[in-house]
Amino acid sequence: MSELDPRSVGAAVPQRAGFLEPLILKAGKTLASYELVYETYGTLNAERSNAILVCHALSGNHHVAGVHADDPKKVGWWDNMIGPGKPIDTDRFFVIGVNNIGGCHGSTGPGSIDRATGQPYGAAFPLITVEDWVVSQARLMDRLGIQKLAGVIGGSLGGMQAMQWTLSFPDRIRHAFVIAAAARLSTQNIAFNDVARQAIVSDPDFHGGNFYAHKAIPARGLKLARMLGHITYLSEDLLREKFGRDTKRTEYGFNYEVEFEIESYLRYQGDKFAQVFDANTYLLMTKALDYFDPAKETGGDLPRVLAQAKAGFFVASFESDWRFPPERSREIVKALVAADKRVTYAEIDAPHGHDAFLLDNRQYHELVAAYVDNIASEINAGPRRTPLALGTAELEEMRGFQVQREGT
Amino acid sequence: MQRFDFELISSWIPERARVLDLGCGDGVLLAGLSATHGVFGYGIEIDDAHVLASVKHGVNVLQDDLETGLATFGDSTFDFVILSQTLQAMHNVEGVMREMLRVGREGIVTFPNFGYWRHRLDVLQGRMPVSKELPHKWYDTPNIHLCTVKDFEDLCVKVGAQILDERVIHGGKQVTVLPNLRGSLGVFRFRRRP
Repeated sequence: MSELDPRSVGAAVPQRAGFLEPLILKAGKTLASYELVYETYGTLNAERSNAILVCHALSGNHHVAGVHADDPKKVGWWDNMIGPGKPIDTDRFFVIGVNNIGGCHGSTGPGSIDRATGQPYGAAFPLITVEDWVVSQARLMDRLGIQKLAGVIGGSLGGMQAMQWTLSFPDRIRHAFVIAAAARLSTQNIAFNDVARQAIVSDPDFHGGNFYAHKAIPARGLKLARMLGHITYLSEDLLREKFGRDTKRTEYGFNYEVEFEIESYLRYQGDKFAQVFDANTYLLMTKALDYFDPAKETGGDLPRVLAQAKAGFFVASFESDWRFPPERSREIVKALVAADKRVTYAEIDAPHGHDAFLLDNRQYHELVAAYVDNIASEINAGPRRTPLALGTAELEEMRGFQVQREGT
Repeated sequence: MQRFDFELISSWIPERARVLDLGCGDGVLLAGLSATHGVFGYGIEIDDAHVLASVKHGVNVLQDDLETGLATFGDSTFDFVILSQTLQAMHNVEGVMREMLRVGREGIVTFPNFGYWRHRLDVLQGRMPVSKELPHKWYDTPNIHLCTVKDFEDLCVKVGAQILDERVIHGGKQVTVLPNLRGSLGVFRFRRRP
């Protein structure tokens, strides 16, 4: 393992936590009981002060870093961010990844068996909001014996959860990383989400959400939803650079078969996704995005809402992100400043669009690392034990360091 | 570079003041002020490396363009707005001065004095000055709006700034005799004319 990437947290073991205490949802319904699947990396210190919670976005899950023992190719979705020598270093921090309720990777969701009926929930699964997730995550923290988190980090929908943490539990979070997010979705974003949902619900295999009983999956709808989403997560420049107008053959076929490389790519991505992801989860996640609007109850007065937050904020956006553009992040920053909150804001020059929050970018990762170092000194976790390694040269140096350390 | 203007600025800022530092660089001024004076503040910086350095100094840094970024802040929301050795590199100097007066109860501006005798001598000899204070060649300088202490006084009048204190320093010492000739760094403290 360490020969491949000395910065990996190694083999991660998913764990389960069952909750019998009912979860009263914002939608008015109640989830009688539920399970959360999660992974942890690093060690919780004696003071239990070094925990960082990672919140996932639309299609994410609890497998944030490292690999699974039975499948070394299954690398966590934010592995470049978490590990020894990475921005969030597991030498000093205890990092938790959790699959949200409503998900399809092990936590209770629409595909889970409803104990009341013995059948999958399907359409009966209630809509879950960002606020509900944060409450369920807080209960997991109770279970792990963590009263106060050193940080909550997330991008996109995950960033919204980080923000919500500062509002729902202001005394339980020291710092929030709100990355490529928004205080509420734009009209355009809601529009994209609805097209995605319509693609799913109009698939004949959707069966009103009860497709499990019909042993069917609305793969065509889910594929279309993903294809649309995928376009919006990338920048136009990146698409042009990656695919241009490249075609499979030099001559046009003058038919409706796959010709352009971009068509082939999107269909492949869509098919792949439709095989592993749950359509009801996709619907639920997009609705959770649409409903998120913490300032709604104050008539849009975001500074007034954020006034109750006590956390420090790290806000970042990416210049080429047009789904959650820098303007949306600046709205958050402006409100935080108006509310006298501690905030750092960076606008990262990255060409990849919304997906940039998941990708390697030196400036971005150095900033997160520097901010994490500040948190470390706040909780007296000391300096980094493994040097930060972001570039190839540093990685090589680190391999040497690793060998040295293993030798001592 | 030793920043003699920082000492003077620090002496003007009261305990626990709210401070906005425009073009905060590596954040050392704000970090120092928060350590010694317990100030709460934000720095604005556009340069990636400076933003990172500011985070490393534990400063609340906001990456933005000064020429447009002050719209983030409400009227009179800071006790002090500081523009330290950045004025000369701004496009819309007058606009930024007006924004400083809007956002802050007081403003502090420091800038290299183009009227300093060495600079005048260079120009007399037919060359753009290159000095410790102005280290760039004319063709690659970020300094597009150089001015003298007298010029800045005129701008203060134009934008409605009342000068509360005005020092010209050189080598860390205040110059009182012929300051616009003998001083290389202008330091002004002002507020909106009542």
